[in-house]
Amino acid sequence: MVTLSVVVLVLFIASLATGHVSLPLIKTLMAAFGDDPGMLGLILVEIRLPRALLAIIVGGSLGLAGAALQGLLRNPLADPGVIGVSSSAGLGAVLVIYFGIAAEWELAVPIAAMTGAAIAVALLLGLAGRDAGPLTLILAGVAVNAFAGALISLALNLAPSPYAVFEAVFWLLGSLADRGFTHVWISLPLTLVGWILLATVARPLNALSLGDDVARSLGFNLSRVRGQIVLGAACCVGAGVAVSGAIGFVGLVVPHLLRPFVGHEPGRLLIASGLGGAALLLAADMTARLLPVMHELRLGVVTALIGAPFFLHLIVRTRRALI
Amino acid sequence: MSDLATKGVTVSLGGRKVLDDVDFGAKRGDVVGLIGPNGAGKTTLLRVLSGLMAPNQGTVTLEGIELESIPRASRSRRITYLPADAPVHWPLRVDRLVALGRLPYTGLWRGLDDIDTEMTESAMARTDVLDLSDRVISSLSSGERARVLIARALAVEPEVLLADEPVSSLDPYHQLQVMELLQDVATDNRIVVAVLHDLTLAARFCDRIVLIDDGCIAHHGLPEAVLTSDIVRGVYGVETITASTSAGDFVVPWRRIDSVDQSS
Repeated sequence: MVTLSVVVLVLFIASLATGHVSLPLIKTLMAAFGDDPGMLGLILVEIRLPRALLAIIVGGSLGLAGAALQGLLRNPLADPGVIGVSSSAGLGAVLVIYFGIAAEWELAVPIAAMTGAAIAVALLLGLAGRDAGPLTLILAGVAVNAFAGALISLALNLAPSPYAVFEAVFWLLGSLADRGFTHVWISLPLTLVGWILLATVARPLNALSLGDDVARSLGFNLSRVRGQIVLGAACCVGAGVAVSGAIGFVGLVVPHLLRPFVGHEPGRLLIASGLGGAALLLAADMTARLLPVMHELRLGVVTALIGAPFFLHLIVRTRRALI
Repeated sequence: MSDLATKGVTVSLGGRKVLDDVDFGAKRGDVVGLIGPNGAGKTTLLRVLSGLMAPNQGTVTLEGIELESIPRASRSRRITYLPADAPVHWPLRVDRLVALGRLPYTGLWRGLDDIDTEMTESAMARTDVLDLSDRVISSLSSGERARVLIARALAVEPEVLLADEPVSSLDPYHQLQVMELLQDVATDNRIVVAVLHDLTLAARFCDRIVLIDDGCIAHHGLPEAVLTSDIVRGVYGVETITASTSAGDFVVPWRRIDSVDQSS
């Protein structure tokens, strides 16, 4: 846990120092908080700092939500996408881009995305009902996911101009470029609410390792735990997707990667996975910035490019343990 | 008067009456053997007694107080439920798994303390799994696994232990060990209710037997009063051999009745 915190901190500082313009970090820091920030100070505070903070916010949310959902559903394939929050938030964003509202008002995309996530949760809890088992939740999530995906395709299909399609698709690929402190402030409150909701389910998640009946006999109200996790995941992932676009694989891979280090205990995995998600996204975002390609690679592309082969390797290596 | 009791409990699942007007009672200090054919409603009764399932009609009381009116937190310390063939979803370490039994005593801001560790270790010692402490649950044999899960239940230090087929996957040595353990738990002024299929073990180790057939309590009382050849033939459809030895009486199911019909 301590090691992970250090890794996040180091990556955070490295992230501040990484970019097209090289900064002498200490000198710039002094300047940034002095009277005359200068050009370099502005780059640090207005561009790099919010970007690194958002990587921590979004990555931490994805890691934490992934760990909580895998623990709740007791399914190692679960990730924040499985409950349909990511795609519904994406749908909200695509709709405002489609209607051209996004061009007029900067905050339209994040707000629409959060609304989309909220509708998804309402639908999910409505579909799955109060006493839903893991399988019902997953199936309801798949349904919400498919429907949101279909609506996104519909919007792209009927888009008035190729430009809108281009913009929407690009947004869906996920990125942390050109985000400012406005984005940090808009996503932070809901993210924190989500983090608190998720970080406090460690005990019931541990109890759930022994099945629903034992968890209930150990005194946990499972319908409340389910509601808390779905709501918490929706808050922080919805707020994250709203400012970054959809970023895959973090919520799936990070809990897997860290599980052996916490003795496979779902409760202890929560915080570890949050830190791991933050670290991974910081690293992925730096990679996206550093790769010498014409257009900066989209963050969602980078995480999937690294994540998918890595995940495959993990499956092959732990094939026996998974079965 | 019974310390754990049901009155007029009726449970319907999918339109079928699984339990019909069941009056059940168990005293502190007793091991109660819940026996009956497959599908008779034993597990359902155990779940109703544990509060996991609310009956459609009737009441469940612990020391005269209705189960539903006992707060969840205190109920989870007083009653624990040990399901049959319970899954363990992650490859947890044995000592951490047994420590899950202490969860009712922890809180959001209160982790495991020395007492919890002590209780965990004593539960593991009683089921003979201390040696397995740092093993991973998925690497154990089914007998070792069963004993670890029983240790988890004992770690709760409950007043009422409800065990569904606790000995079904054990070898004779550990079957006897677990039955002795249940007796030992009960003499500590606790109530033990165990679903059993082995009539011989039930007859030997239980203080009382409750025989359930088709959702109703068909017979109940002392083992020798319930496990007679007439009753067992009527409910299970098997002939038994009973015998008295210097070590004690025993009852063994011997032959299906319809197989006798065919041969004659």
